[in-house]
Amino acid sequence: MEPKKLAIIATKGSLDWAYPPFILASTAAALGYEVQIFFTFYGLQLLKKKPNLEVTPLGNPGMPMPMGMDKWFPVLGMALPGMQSMMTAMMKQKMKSKGVASIEELRELCQEAEVKMIACQMTVDLFDMPTAEFIDGVEYAGAAAFFEFAGESDICLYI
Amino acid sequence: MADFDQELDASGLNCPLPILRAKKTLNTMASGQVLHIVATDPGSVKDFDAFAKQTGNELMESKEEGGKFHFLIKKS
Repeated sequence: MEPKKLAIIATKGSLDWAYPPFILASTAAALGYEVQIFFTFYGLQLLKKKPNLEVTPLGNPGMPMPMGMDKWFPVLGMALPGMQSMMTAMMKQKMKSKGVASIEELRELCQEAEVKMIACQMTVDLFDMPTAEFIDGVEYAGAAAFFEFAGESDICLYI
Repeated sequence: MADFDQELDASGLNCPLPILRAKKTLNTMASGQVLHIVATDPGSVKDFDAFAKQTGNELMESKEEGGKFHFLIKKS
């Protein structure tokens, strides 16, 4: 029987949004799916060997804040220098304490499960992305190549 | 709990790690062998049921005991 196929477009480069593509890809692979992720625009950050991903509460009213900060701390305060690194450190700490895998770990599990990772050549050129900093096994292609797989896929997600 | 061939402690791990670890362990096992998984993630109850249905491995037992979730999966 032909395996089911999952095609994902990963467009976001923040710590929180790095999770959905890798969680879904690794789980689908464990269920026997053939999986491809097409990384474009800020999603390319997820391919760096040492991804320096951060999380920001700015423009994100749904983000639960520690100590009820969202209730008493002005939105403008979130723009203070160091606030983003602090929020990122707190988020990482929380994830660790709750047994949530790191992005690197999930990505490695994806690689082991032969999830194909494709970098958008156009965005790589546009941002002069240093491809030497990318993990091994990344392929470079464009929109047409994505459709070749996505057109045959059972599930196609834009994240 | 019935007999099993291998055991996996996924306590403290959150979605999707229990499933991924279980899949990895099953890969090293022979057809017909039984894997006993212990997990603390409440979401794993529905997830292991769905995992078994989609992969064809049989979920022989699924129960909560002493605040932990126990699963027996027979490799297809």
